[in-house]
Amino acid sequence: MTRDEIFEKVRDVLVDALAVDEEDVKPSSRLTTDLGAESIDFLDIVFKLEQQFGFKIAQGELFPENVAQDPEYVKDGKVTAKGLSALKARLPHADFSKFEADPQITKVAEVFTVDALVTFVERKLAAK
Amino acid sequence: MRWMWIDRVVELVPRQKLVAIKHVSLAEDHLHEHFPAAAGRDALPVMPASLIVEGCAQTAGILVGHAEEFREKVILAKVGKFELDRDAFPGQTLRYSATIQQMDKVGAATVGTIELLEYGAGGTVTAAIVGRIDLMFSHLDNNMSGEKFPEHNFVFGESFKTLLRSSGVAGAW
Repeated sequence: MTRDEIFEKVRDVLVDALAVDEEDVKPSSRLTTDLGAESIDFLDIVFKLEQQFGFKIAQGELFPENVAQDPEYVKDGKVTAKGLSALKARLPHADFSKFEADPQITKVAEVFTVDALVTFVERKLAAK
Repeated sequence: MRWMWIDRVVELVPRQKLVAIKHVSLAEDHLHEHFPAAAGRDALPVMPASLIVEGCAQTAGILVGHAEEFREKVILAKVGKFELDRDAFPGQTLRYSATIQQMDKVGAATVGTIELLEYGAGGTVTAAIVGRIDLMFSHLDNNMSGEKFPEHNFVFGESFKTLLRSSGVAGAW
């Protein structure tokens, strides 16, 4: 499956899960800020990706969990260097370059773009 | 008034499917408010669609809760889709079916149908699918934010246990 084909299927998932218009889903769109995803939508997206692509996504594999509660990872509302490297290791599909400049925990969800989802799927399919 | 919007569980296949029924009755106060007579219009008692969604959520929620013997606090997190083609009137029965599509530690996704049962002369009963619903449930103690909630299971209270017992659903809850 080409990256463009994956994008089209990911876009279908997001249109269905987030009730957004197809033309609003661009590779650079952030799931939360641009497409209005809330926390439960992340689980919905995980379930729908599993159905769409026929693979299983482990808990925390696509989106991080419990990062904000770990004092080693977050201090004074910002993700620590240790937290950042843990996130990068756990979520190789996400691009943290912009986030690194101002690593406020409240903004961590912004690293999840449509492009990050496409990369995630691409990696999962390659590993199959 | 108890917040119970199903009357009986009629079928349970653990971790797969649950079917429940709800009799629509004129004894229910809300039907007299939905809709009362107004100038130039007679009263029109109709089962509110919002309470049909609640009944479907209770049906699917029990199925999801039963899967882990009601240890999880299962809460409705998202109504992905709800379609209702026809109204339900007093004397009719709604039959809600819920099937688990996906489930993991964090929550579950279910799909369901709403059927309307009508009673005719000579004891005839006709059933028709009048709605479809997709729901998502969250297991509250495994929520993605890591937020903590009280230990006791405030979701599945005594009313739900009574419903299950009176429906003949066996269990150790």
